[in-house]
Amino acid sequence: MKYLMFVCTDTEPDTDPAPEPDIDAWVDKHDASGQRLRGMGLGPKSTATTVRVRNGQTLVSDGPFAETKELIVGFDLLECADLDEAIEVARAHPMARGGRIEIRPQADWDKS
Amino acid sequence: MTDVRAAAAQAAAAAATDAYQRIVAALIRITGDWTLAEDSAQEALALALDRWPTDGVPDNPGGWLMTVARNRALDVLRRGTVERRKLRDVAVLALTAATAAPERQEEIVDDRLRLIFTCCHPALPLEARVALTLRTICAVATADIAQAFLVSESTMTRRLTRAKTKITEARIPYRVPTGPALTERLPGVLAVLYLLFTHGYNADGEPAFADEAIRLSRLLARLMPDQPEARALLALFLLQHSRRDARRDATGGLVPLDRQDRSRWDHTAIAEATGILSSVPGVSGSGVYALQAQIAACHATAPSIADTDWTRVADCYDRLAEQQPSPVIELNRAVAHGYAHGPAAGLDLLARARAGGALDDYPLVIAAEADLTARSGDRVRAARLFREAADRVPGDAERRALLDRADEL
Repeated sequence: MKYLMFVCTDTEPDTDPAPEPDIDAWVDKHDASGQRLRGMGLGPKSTATTVRVRNGQTLVSDGPFAETKELIVGFDLLECADLDEAIEVARAHPMARGGRIEIRPQADWDKS
Repeated sequence: MTDVRAAAAQAAAAAATDAYQRIVAALIRITGDWTLAEDSAQEALALALDRWPTDGVPDNPGGWLMTVARNRALDVLRRGTVERRKLRDVAVLALTAATAAPERQEEIVDDRLRLIFTCCHPALPLEARVALTLRTICAVATADIAQAFLVSESTMTRRLTRAKTKITEARIPYRVPTGPALTERLPGVLAVLYLLFTHGYNADGEPAFADEAIRLSRLLARLMPDQPEARALLALFLLQHSRRDARRDATGGLVPLDRQDRSRWDHTAIAEATGILSSVPGVSGSGVYALQAQIAACHATAPSIADTDWTRVADCYDRLAEQQPSPVIELNRAVAHGYAHGPAAGLDLLARARAGGALDDYPLVIAAEADLTARSGDRVRAARLFREAADRVPGDAERRALLDRADEL
């Protein structure tokens, strides 16, 4: 089962003084286990571009599409047996403490 | 004839709860299809209620239900495109359950535990967890659940469908977590059961839900013998439930603990609960449910308010305030200390609990302060506080009780 992990900032990060896990170690470990297929960090909000097509017209504008305080700063594509396994991978990511992580399963378009 | 029908209905009901859970849990494990599992079990039950009164109750009612549910599930599965492995597993399941080999029985017990953990998975909205538990494990009709949650039946149906869809599409596992994950997940499961119980226990609740919560926590305590908090939750339910007949007066008003007729408490349930608690670690090693159960047990086994082991109650509240701080716990802690260590100690804790302003909306705080003040000897101030509390409580019976206290001083 494929899951996409959206790595987001959060207005209330963890206050635990314990050091956050190392991102390189996290990537190496989950690449080696085959649970992380690929992923990357994203440029800041100021580098975002939004594209829409309306009535045949391409509308290009600046900024992320959603005006929220939380910002997606990266993503990782996972291959996990089930949601609990994906949660285990996500909880070990440093941004689970510095921000928050949203896990979404691949849609099953074939069904129904 | 009527007797035969009654006996059949009773046998069907007894076999039903147990068999229903096992059938649903096993069919979900094999097919992953919640609706199919529920429909098959429901149809087996309906057929039993139709046949057993005339044909007689079979020797093995559970096995009979399992066979009918299996055949129904197989019919549906054969009509669809389903892997041969699933078909074979369903067929084998029914046969082994009917012959009930002990090692297979254990596997079926595990299925029910898996089902509980899946229904209570934290990736589902809290209300959906309670509703799904009621629907899937307790077989409560969707209409009845909707009524208890004050929503329409179609809204509840949608909520249940969304939850089941998420389980399938996000692939929430059908598994009991192990190791540290179990320690993290179990409190969530217990919280769902607690919510289920309070839904049944509160004045405007559905009383049958309290019985369901007790039945379910009994099952959980049996299936997880190495989890003291699961046992403690069962004890807590039994103790709270033991007062159900005494806590309401003829008009339905709430009777406070100190005015309840203790002979009307269910002493069989109290004895069972204290027996369970003897196998749970003492105050120092207790979890939140064990502490609440210990407090409830102190009250349940005391002959009167005055002859209650208040030192132990106060100790438990100290621990509870550390583990689960809340304004209400601080209030109860102050009251307990007032009985255990004198009114001055109680008033002191009460003042500290009120400092943050979180208790401003609780009229009971003023009543507690009034009671502690009366016992400290300041009768004028106590009478004034009782009248102030009486002005602020919502219920007539409670207002009258507080005014009586003021007049007594």
